[in-house]
Amino acid sequence: MKKTLLNKDKGKDFLTYAVVIVAFVIMQFLSSQGKLSSAVTGYLVPVCCYIVLAISLNLLVGVCGELSLGHAGFMGIGAFSGVVLATLLKNTVDNATLRLILAMVFGGTLAGLIGFLIGIPVLRLRGDYLAIVTLAFGEIMKNIIGNMYVGTDESGFRFAIATAKPKLVGKGKWILSGAMGVTGIKKLSTFAVGFGLILFTLFVVLNLINSKEGRAIKAVRDNRIAAESVGINVTTFRMKAFVVSAFLAGMAGALYGLNYSSLDAAKFNFNTSINILVFVVLGGMGNILGSVISATVLYILPEAMRGLADYRMIIYAVVLILVMLFTWSPKVKEYTSVVADRMKHLFKKEKEAAAK
Amino acid sequence: MNILQYLINGISIGSVYAIIALGYTMVYGIAKMLNFAHGDVIMVGAYICYCVTVYLGLPVLAGVLLSMVVCTVLGITIEGLAYKPLRGTPSLAVLITAIGVSYFLQNAAQLIWSSNPKSFTSIVSNMKPLHLFGSLTITGEVIVTVAVSVVIMIGLTWFTSSTRIGKSMRAVSEDRDAAQLMGINVNRTISITFAIGSALAAVAGVLMCSSIPVLMPTTGSMPGIRAFTAAVFGGIGSIPGAMLGGILLGIIETFAKAYLSTQFSDAIVFGVLIIILLVKPAGLLGKQVQEKV
Amino acid sequence: MKKLLALVLTLAMVTAMFAVGASAEAGTMKIGMSGPLTGGAAVYGTAVARAAQIAVDEVNALGGLQFELNCQDDEHDAEKAVSAYNTLKDWGMQMMCGTVTTKPCLAVGPEANEDRIFMVTPSASASDVAYTGDNVFQICFIDPAQGKISAEVIAEKSLGSKIGIIYDSSDVYSTGILDSFTEEAETLGLEIVCTEAFTSDTKADLTTQVTKCKESGADLVFLPIYYTEASQILTTASKIGYAPLFFGVDGMDGILDVENFDTSLAEGLHMLTPFAADAKDERTAAFVAKYKELYNEVPNQFAADAYDVIWAMYQAATAAGLTGAESNEDICAAMIEQFTSMTYDGITGMGMTWDEDGFVSKAGNVVKIQDGAYVSVE
Repeated sequence: MKKTLLNKDKGKDFLTYAVVIVAFVIMQFLSSQGKLSSAVTGYLVPVCCYIVLAISLNLLVGVCGELSLGHAGFMGIGAFSGVVLATLLKNTVDNATLRLILAMVFGGTLAGLIGFLIGIPVLRLRGDYLAIVTLAFGEIMKNIIGNMYVGTDESGFRFAIATAKPKLVGKGKWILSGAMGVTGIKKLSTFAVGFGLILFTLFVVLNLINSKEGRAIKAVRDNRIAAESVGINVTTFRMKAFVVSAFLAGMAGALYGLNYSSLDAAKFNFNTSINILVFVVLGGMGNILGSVISATVLYILPEAMRGLADYRMIIYAVVLILVMLFTWSPKVKEYTSVVADRMKHLFKKEKEAAAK
Repeated sequence: MNILQYLINGISIGSVYAIIALGYTMVYGIAKMLNFAHGDVIMVGAYICYCVTVYLGLPVLAGVLLSMVVCTVLGITIEGLAYKPLRGTPSLAVLITAIGVSYFLQNAAQLIWSSNPKSFTSIVSNMKPLHLFGSLTITGEVIVTVAVSVVIMIGLTWFTSSTRIGKSMRAVSEDRDAAQLMGINVNRTISITFAIGSALAAVAGVLMCSSIPVLMPTTGSMPGIRAFTAAVFGGIGSIPGAMLGGILLGIIETFAKAYLSTQFSDAIVFGVLIIILLVKPAGLLGKQVQEKV
Repeated sequence: MKKLLALVLTLAMVTAMFAVGASAEAGTMKIGMSGPLTGGAAVYGTAVARAAQIAVDEVNALGGLQFELNCQDDEHDAEKAVSAYNTLKDWGMQMMCGTVTTKPCLAVGPEANEDRIFMVTPSASASDVAYTGDNVFQICFIDPAQGKISAEVIAEKSLGSKIGIIYDSSDVYSTGILDSFTEEAETLGLEIVCTEAFTSDTKADLTTQVTKCKESGADLVFLPIYYTEASQILTTASKIGYAPLFFGVDGMDGILDVENFDTSLAEGLHMLTPFAADAKDERTAAFVAKYKELYNEVPNQFAADAYDVIWAMYQAATAAGLTGAESNEDICAAMIEQFTSMTYDGITGMGMTWDEDGFVSKAGNVVKIQDGAYVSVE
């Protein structure tokens, strides 16, 4: 029994890797043949970012059962720190891909570190209270980054959190300039690196889920008190998941930030957090492949509906509600299973008839 | 003297948060779901009142009553179509449908009323502001909003503790399965909760737009989130908690802006919120429920 | 059911993927427009889309070079704006009217520069916008210029001795003007007694900011913000009995047409605006009448800017003898040449010229509101 269960997990993980790799190969092939429109080419990198964000949030929400409404905050930390580092390294590191990877690692590390610091007090809370605290944290991050100034001038590296733009000494330039954010970013992100980040994320998250700790985490989600009573140290595991999740979100943020020419703090707001959460819930809690697919589909859906003009967003809303009802409603599930049974029955009869 | 003026300003915005938070907290307490579309029902309420008073030229009272009726119908419809089919599923699933409903209402409002802002006429525009001790100003809106929120809070407390439906609401909130076994119609009770919550949203919309006169399709969303914060702050599910949370949030926000920094007020408000939740993890007046195995 | 839905979605995606645009016929130029058509900033994008359509219809009615317009929603978001831009590119866009707001424009500008698509923004006014490429032009005043002119006018006419400021710290437009205003005010020796901020999240309650200005004794309040929030500030100020001189910039235009707004509150309000919907000249009057007839609303300054973008493009394209059959690169080069050398008379200013960076030079006009109408301040 135990063996089949493990095999089933392995099979599913294999399928997840396979889907991602096949999708990458197909897109690369189409792109090399010049068959992709500019719009689709433009979606590639952000879709990679959102897939990573969805997987990392799924680790927190789906696997650990902790509702977080501030995931965009970690993404923002990663995006800004990554972009600033990439700009600072412009003259020292020549290789663009290396600079991108350094920026992603730096962004991820910083996000993970801040996740750790926040996690110490915050992870004492549960459920909706944890949700509201993560929401609050996201808003605080946005507010601080929106008043943050980072740059270089003749006195060296400058960093300030201020209400008004500080003056530079002599010749210099602000890289991050308060509400204006960062402008004139040299774009570094590529689909290949995005794909690599997805694989890395899958590797980290799937290993964590399938490890002994991962099973402990799931036990904690399903029944915390029972898990505690058999001696599972709840807090350490939650912390680990929280930090890993923040780290991956930071990396995705850096990739995202370096994919556009400008970046501002307002992007990393509550709505972005909610969007990522929608990807997770629609894809299925704890279902990693589901997150990959739903992030892709839900990102492209509103873009594919551009032809509907004024009615685009309202129809998107209706589709969202309907999909939720169809995938979650117990009544619909019951109905579909009845229909499926009948179909099976019908086929069986036909088969029998044919055999006769 | 300044401090008193800021206190009044804080209570003013706080009581708006409080009314919205009352709707949030009631629905949460009974249906156990975060109704993120609540803020947008408020916006619809304000638009209805605006249309009735400005386009049809009817008196304010008619506007308020009609918008309550429309919002109640809207609330019941939303609940029946989008939330009811998901009863019994994890609360996150309903949360996402609520977000879908919120998008829907905002975009529908934009199609119906256009994205151009409208200036909402205060429902107490003919009430002269009160001037005390020379420099202190209390506007009619403040008095009306505070009074209405107190009345609603007392009314709701009485309703849930003394009436039959109110008692069944409390029963459903305590233990849904047990309530069902005791012969309480859970679905009907939840629908009634939504009806009341939405009617309150209409009142909240009218009062909010009286204090903050700009009406747009996105008007409800940010105050909605603030009010949700307030409800958690006070202890979500608790009616006096929502009131207290709303008023305190308003005061903290105003004082942070007045004495610390308008640029960093968000960070300060949410920082205070985090600290309070760390000290009192279930909010100010929330019950700390011990989970059973 | 789930599978069916998934199938439908996949099909939709595949169609979108291969919908590569067709090339334009000769004599027709494809103009793309991108701006917020949904969400909190929808009012600005919608105005631009509508006015651009009016101008395109007028151009086409002339019978010469034909324009085809395609408007895409960018939700006031850099990421969506790049998607919108790519969609337009696939459609075959040859010139761009946009983007409407600054943030998306900073992301789209470099893309357009790389693809050599000529771009004129009606209203993205940060100075950085024009610097994103030689192909990016602005029809609106840049923010630093607005801040500077405002400070100069205030000093010159001694409109106020103690200045208070309320601005949107989450908005690029607002902070851009604020920075240059404070700098210029310092040089001119103006006294700024308080600088208060709000953000797009906290704009619900502006009472405290107004009260702080009152407490600090400011007799002039500078508002580098859009008219939506300004109408809120004016209402709040009147409620608490505070009546300083309010001074706004081009985002203030439109305040008199906020539905149901008590315009008597705006009495005495000064603002820097290149456009007045009640101007008497024939073109403005015709445009305003047409807009009102079609959409039942008075056009704001965004609409007027968009109208000018299309007409300026038409003037340049006909002068260069473009037919729409040229490559984007040729169109871009020809348009840059025309724009940097021509003079254009529009409804937001007469005798507009552009420099090589793409900045417009047109007369700044300070007006004040008197009896519910704009009156020029001499």
